[in-house]
Amino acid sequence: MTQAVAIQPISNVRRPGWRGWGLFAPMLAWLALFVVAPTAILLVYSFFTGEGIGEVDTHFTLQNYQRIFTPVYLDLFWRSIVYAGATTILCALIGYPVAWYIGRAPASRRGKLLMLVMIPFMTSFLIRTYAWLIILHEHGLLNGFLEAAHLIPTVFSHPLNILYTPTAVMIALVYTYLPFMILPIYTSVEKLDPSLIEAAADLGAGRTRSFFRVILPLTWPGVAAGILMVFVPAIAMFAVTKIMSGGHIRLIGDEIQEQFEGGGDLPFGSALGMALLILFLVTYWISAGRGAKELRGA
Amino acid sequence: MEHMVEVRSVRKRFGNFVAVDGVDLNVCAGEFLTLLGPSGCGKTTLLRMISGFETPTQGSIFLAGRDVTRLPPYRRDVNQVFQSYALFPHLNVWKNVAFGLRMKRVPSATIKQRVEQAIGLVSLAGFEHRKPSELSGGQKQRVALARALVCEPKVLLLDEPLAALDAKLRRAMQVELKRLQSRLGITFIFVTHDQDEALVMSDRIAVVNAGKIEQIGTVGEVYRQPKTRFVADFLGAANVLSVQVLSDDGIVTRLGCNGALTLSAPGGQLEPGYSATICIRPEKIRVSRSRPSDDCAFEATVGECLFRGSNHQVQLTTTGSQSLVATVPCQGENDRPFTAGEKVFCQIEDDDVIVLDSTKPRSIEAPSSPSSQERQEAQ
Repeated sequence: MTQAVAIQPISNVRRPGWRGWGLFAPMLAWLALFVVAPTAILLVYSFFTGEGIGEVDTHFTLQNYQRIFTPVYLDLFWRSIVYAGATTILCALIGYPVAWYIGRAPASRRGKLLMLVMIPFMTSFLIRTYAWLIILHEHGLLNGFLEAAHLIPTVFSHPLNILYTPTAVMIALVYTYLPFMILPIYTSVEKLDPSLIEAAADLGAGRTRSFFRVILPLTWPGVAAGILMVFVPAIAMFAVTKIMSGGHIRLIGDEIQEQFEGGGDLPFGSALGMALLILFLVTYWISAGRGAKELRGA
Repeated sequence: MEHMVEVRSVRKRFGNFVAVDGVDLNVCAGEFLTLLGPSGCGKTTLLRMISGFETPTQGSIFLAGRDVTRLPPYRRDVNQVFQSYALFPHLNVWKNVAFGLRMKRVPSATIKQRVEQAIGLVSLAGFEHRKPSELSGGQKQRVALARALVCEPKVLLLDEPLAALDAKLRRAMQVELKRLQSRLGITFIFVTHDQDEALVMSDRIAVVNAGKIEQIGTVGEVYRQPKTRFVADFLGAANVLSVQVLSDDGIVTRLGCNGALTLSAPGGQLEPGYSATICIRPEKIRVSRSRPSDDCAFEATVGECLFRGSNHQVQLTTTGSQSLVATVPCQGENDRPFTAGEKVFCQIEDDDVIVLDSTKPRSIEAPSSPSSQERQEAQ
């Protein structure tokens, strides 16, 4: 009864010929010009010596990297990781149900629902951030509404003090990055065969176990992509933090921006950038490689 | 015998579409029941209501005497084998099979033993660490079967599980499934649109059409005594003819077929003057070159003659231009037992004429008013 089986699925993928490379060439050129070259410059600069206001001395030094490991900057990195991590977790918790809803909606409605997710991209990012100022302001829209509706419990300050607090920064971060979490998860959810969910239920898995044993492992590639697309840019976020916190909260992105702008220490800024890059690579390794394997091998 | 599954006047509506329209069905313990019907007839919806994926709009479903109508699938002692297999792609064969037992929190020593047993049962020992993507269609099918059987369900529901396999493998799996079922004694409810599959495996067949069960009975009953034209047509090949009842002496009924042909059927079922629909299985028409002694034999001209391996399918046209299809067993080394245009004699036993239904003649049924055509002719 048992027939012979190919141990490896037969691969139909041919190695791309020169035509294939031709199609890929613009991408390679783009990567070389705008990713590889600047990174290389950054790498070289990070070993130079900063001479104060915008001046650079080409003497080799490791001082810039040593400086990163001082409490001030470690603290800055740590705070950035915490903010980006919290943003990622909140985006995943909010985004997964949304992505699930869209992915399970009738095919004819999915396009419209996705459109709603992407509408914020149509307005300038800074304008949207300033809009939050108006909403969250002490005498802004949110407080106006809550006061009018008498919805603020007496234990809280009247009006609610949200703007220029970590909460405001978090709101802006989650708001900005939520679509980047929803879209990749949606792609995974849409591909998920509904009969697998039925099979899980059939075999005795209730909703919770069906989610953790079948649905989440199978949509993990989407979640991993979402984590990457939220955590990585969120950790390097700048400007928004400044606006929303009124300058009280500085993250690593703000620090790097200051080093490059207005006559800072270029080599030190480069070293901070390189440190951030290493952080990205670690994130990638965790989300796409090890993390995924651990979940899937359940 | 105790009924393992009882479906009581179940209806299922999707919007304006009635998928299942008042079905009553009892399935005995240890029985192999097939729901047979064309696609869209409601057989899968009926199955999904037993497994719990759909809730009936009306009616109730009992499983071993317990009302399970509103229970979710994970609280029912049934398991389903899905048409697409629905194996978990992220788990290997062993973990797929163990899934149900893990969900039931069976002790791991027991899981190990039962999973090994189930994998052995479907002869997949040695494949435990393969992922579903590394298996052939037939092997996936077996894993799906093992995954359901390892839970020791009261009823195993199979939704066209063999549809994706090639013909040879399908036939082998049919035999194997039947063997498994009789060995384990588990009640099987099998959904298919393939009549051969239904005939090979089932104890009983329920023929489903347009949301209703047209006929239910043992394989032999449904094949030999179809009650409706649909059943006769769907299960096996059939010559379905409209006839008028000429006479009935209680022993033999004489039937006229548009003046082309006169047939006899067992008497006592029909009243003279009625019109009726009858069915004759192709293998029941005996075709010969020489005139048989039987005076009921009638003449026909051979049309096309198709070789089908174990038999020949012969198209016949009777003297009154009534078409019939007969099958003739292969004998000798003749590729064509008859040549086109040849005159032959046909014989049909009275008992092989199956009466499907009869209606009163028009003159009795409707008040006699001349039809529009007749009026035109009168002018």
